Amino acid sequence: MRKLYHRIRQIQGNVITVEADGIAYGELAEVHGTRGASLAQVIRLSGSRVSLQVFAGSRGISTRSEVRFLGHAMRVAATDQLRGRVFTGNGTPRDRGPVLKDNLIAIGGPSVNPANRIIPRNMIRTGIPMIDVFNSLVESQKLPIFSVAGEPYNELLARIAMQAEVDLIVLGGMGLKYDDYLFFRNTLEEHGALSRSILFIHTASDPIVECLLVPDMSLAVAEHFAVAGERVLVLLSDMTNFCDALKEIAITMEQIPSNRGYPGDLYSQLAARYEKAVDFETAGSITILAATTMPGDDVTHPVPDNTGYITEGQFYLVGGRIEPFGSLSRLKQQVNSDTRADHRAVMDTMIRLYAEYRESIEKQSMGFRMSAWDEKLLGYGGLFEERMMDLGVNIPLEEALDLGWRTLAECFEPGEVGMKSNLVAQFWPKKAS
Amino acid sequence: MSGKTKHGTVVGVNGNMVSVAFDTSVMQNEVAYVVLDDGRLKSEVIRVRGDEADLQVFESTGGIRVGDTVEFTGELLSVELGPGLLTQVFDGLQNPLPQLAREAGTFLQRGRYVYPLDTERQWDWTPGIEPGATVRAGEAVGTVPEGIFEHRIMVPFSWQGEWTLKTVTEAGPLTIRDTVATAENGAEERPITMVQTWPVKIPITAYREKVLPTEPLVTRLRIIDTFFPIAKGGTFCTPGPFGAGKTVLQHALSRHAEVDVVIVAACGERAGEVVEILREFPHLEDPRTGRTLMDRTIIVCNTSSMPVAAREASIYTSVTMAEYYRQMGLDCLLLADSTSRWAQALREMSGRLEEIPGEEAFPAYLESLVAGFYERAGRVELHDGTRGSITIGGAVSPAGGNFEEPVTQATLKVVGAFLGLSRDRANARRYPAIHPLESWSKYTGVVDPGPLRQARQVLRQGNEIAQMMKVVGEEGTPLTDFVQHLKGEFLDSVYLQQDLLDEADGSTTSERQEYVFAKVLEALRTRFELADKDAARSFFLQLRQHFIDWNFTVWDSEDFRQQERKLEALIAATAAAEGGGRERLEDGA
Ligand SMILES: Nc1ncnc2c1ncn2[C@@H]1O[C@H](COP(=O)(O)OP(=O)(O)O)[C@@H](O)[C@H]1O
Ligand SMILES: [Mg+2]
Repeated sequence: MRKLYHRIRQIQGNVITVEADGIAYGELAEVHGTRGASLAQVIRLSGSRVSLQVFAGSRGISTRSEVRFLGHAMRVAATDQLRGRVFTGNGTPRDRGPVLKDNLIAIGGPSVNPANRIIPRNMIRTGIPMIDVFNSLVESQKLPIFSVAGEPYNELLARIAMQAEVDLIVLGGMGLKYDDYLFFRNTLEEHGALSRSILFIHTASDPIVECLLVPDMSLAVAEHFAVAGERVLVLLSDMTNFCDALKEIAITMEQIPSNRGYPGDLYSQLAARYEKAVDFETAGSITILAATTMPGDDVTHPVPDNTGYITEGQFYLVGGRIEPFGSLSRLKQQVNSDTRADHRAVMDTMIRLYAEYRESIEKQSMGFRMSAWDEKLLGYGGLFEERMMDLGVNIPLEEALDLGWRTLAECFEPGEVGMKSNLVAQFWPKKAS
Repeated sequence: MSGKTKHGTVVGVNGNMVSVAFDTSVMQNEVAYVVLDDGRLKSEVIRVRGDEADLQVFESTGGIRVGDTVEFTGELLSVELGPGLLTQVFDGLQNPLPQLAREAGTFLQRGRYVYPLDTERQWDWTPGIEPGATVRAGEAVGTVPEGIFEHRIMVPFSWQGEWTLKTVTEAGPLTIRDTVATAENGAEERPITMVQTWPVKIPITAYREKVLPTEPLVTRLRIIDTFFPIAKGGTFCTPGPFGAGKTVLQHALSRHAEVDVVIVAACGERAGEVVEILREFPHLEDPRTGRTLMDRTIIVCNTSSMPVAAREASIYTSVTMAEYYRQMGLDCLLLADSTSRWAQALREMSGRLEEIPGEEAFPAYLESLVAGFYERAGRVELHDGTRGSITIGGAVSPAGGNFEEPVTQATLKVVGAFLGLSRDRANARRYPAIHPLESWSKYTGVVDPGPLRQARQVLRQGNEIAQMMKVVGEEGTPLTDFVQHLKGEFLDSVYLQQDLLDEADGSTTSERQEYVFAKVLEALRTRFELADKDAARSFFLQLRQHFIDWNFTVWDSEDFRQQERKLEALIAATAAAEGGGRERLEDGA
């Protein structure tokens, strides 16, 4: 039995300091306050002073509360019994299922040796033209959806998850509204996908610090199954809440903030999670899709900014649509040459023309005269938004490419779109006469 | 060395910083190991106060307890220098990652270290000097072939004063640890082997003098070599927001730059990006040597999820290896992606040390460290009269893409060229997205300054007119201005922009640059007969297409000449007859 400690010397924010000996850095403890027990983790050692972040918060903890050290760092039971289950951020069942205790593995484990990585190679089909055609998603990619509150980013995540052919879905919810949690659960259930899903859910009403564990729990489990050969899709929503929890702890620990109160290691903290995305040469893979809400709709805010430097592109979700500009899949070129001969050309041409359309719109709004070319562009832009950008559209890549050609043919002459002539000869729809 | 290891005891842990009580002596920047049940964690002393030392640990610190033992080694953080560094992939502490993978499997394992060089491989030793000769630090005593190079085996850089060679081993196969020569200085006798150790944070200065970097380093990127050149031994930086193309640009440089050795320092960025180099370079031919690109490359890879203190070290590990090859009279290019991650590692440590922070919490000494790093670039004359160089190019990742931040600003103060990547140009897919009006270089490039000034003026004017047009519209712009604007756009799209993925366009030799630039300038100087704006637009579109097609042809091929005739015909057909169709281009100076 581990020793109990009663001498809590300091309680500040969600961090307590207790006097104890022989404690390991990163070790877990149980803190028993008047409001029940909470897990806590050692975040600083200084002589015999041990500082712990208390996941359920410090409310109700007194100087005489009991602290029991557990002798190990945070762990999760990596077993098949996880499938179909819902847990809190620290792994306590949220459903009525049993507590799992088998095969406990450490979370936040080491990185994959870069020498063991391979170049990603498999496209994930989503049925969403803005993704499949213009910014293909690739197995093992890490990609956030940059958005603001009110946008349907959770719906988008859920939809991609339902469409993607993966073996396992791990959902990590951070500060999730209860309704959103129910939405995810119901969607999984409706599609019969709950049995191949594992949920770690921290809701908006749970103590904020508890959400710090969610990415590591989700990714440790994902890694376990990926190593065993499964293709795992991890959904994380909303990573901005995770960053805000980091900020809170940093401020409590009196760390000097680097930018708008966020700690100087925000980049490393985020990278440690996102870099878990991987394609194992002879086993499975981890793909990470995250929601990142941008405070003040500002992409230069430290959270989206640091995220963008880490992830392999980003989708901007604006006004319920994936914005063609700024959205980027850095891995698209690994896969879009092997889909269909016209894929890259359709992608480049349609985007270029849509950019010209936006310029025409701008000119129009300033009252300048519209040329014949402008008029063509105006017609094209409307069709593009309706057929490609609307998230209601759900068609396979090949159909989307065909639709792309049809749209071009409806609006322009072959010579006007600046495509290679051999492609035009092959794909340009013949006029029905 | 005394051989007696000194010990200390852990008294505190804060992130990757461990405080240690000691009762003997401790040296700043010496290497220490925290001893745990599951291994020894490498660390570096970064502060000593009273009888406590603060260590940055190059590994995750989970599980360390107050009271754990620490061993001090008495040695500074160092790398091993010898034949066999080329083609390797190291982490920030010079552990060879493929070997680690073989020993530890898929995941990195803390506390596991592997000797960086192959100690069993036999190298074909050729002595270059007779016994009795007087030598000093850095002088070659012989060579072994390493790929395409004669790898010089040198008197260790740390040896002081003059030494007399007593013996020199006969030619034949030797391992790096065999003695190739012995030397004495009157007081003692020492063996020389193929390998030596050097502390990474101290520059190697075994040369006669630094000389000015005057020779262009040809990158085969037109916008760089022609407009913002880099010099062998010079420094440059590529700041830009995420997605602007810093990494793609560095990869292009690592492929096409005309240097002997390339060191890629993947510092705190995505692991996946290194994998591309790692998997592709062994199969890509270096057209200049006929061997693979990997043969001239060393990768130092301490990506974003690897321990942050080792990230800090990785920059120094990289530049020290560059200095080693420079000592052989070679031209080395060090590409660091990204120096901001290195600066952030410094910031994290400074925060743990509770130092008084500077701007954005970066340490107050950030500028001097940045300057110290770039100062290790340079062109030098070695003791034997040959010359070698290190060129350093650092990507910078400014927070929010705003260049008014400490790392960009500290870097701009010390580099010789600024290649600023622009979000707008990247969004418009104008790659490489180096901003043609805001970037600058202090070095001389591959074309003459006169014509270059004219070309810059065309860009500037074109841009000014574009700004005007936003206000007054196309209909409010006179035809001559409109044409001037189109000329700027033309220069931008056929010369500044370059398709790095294309075999031919992606790599333009200096010879071809001079040739094409002259032709582009000729078009810019020509006064064209254009009835109205629509005619002007469609003419320049056509001209642009002709030049782009020309860029995609193989240099000096039949296609190349045919396309050239085609575009010359187009220019001639549209040139105004009067006055030879020539315009005098303004000189922007
Ligand atoms: N020169 C280029 N040519 C074509 N595409 C490019 C070029 N530079 C960047 N890109 C595109 O932009 C993406 C991001 O580029 P990258 O170099 O990774 O940006 P950064 O390192 O600045 O974040 C790439 O994945 C690629 O799709
Ligand atoms: Mg990059």
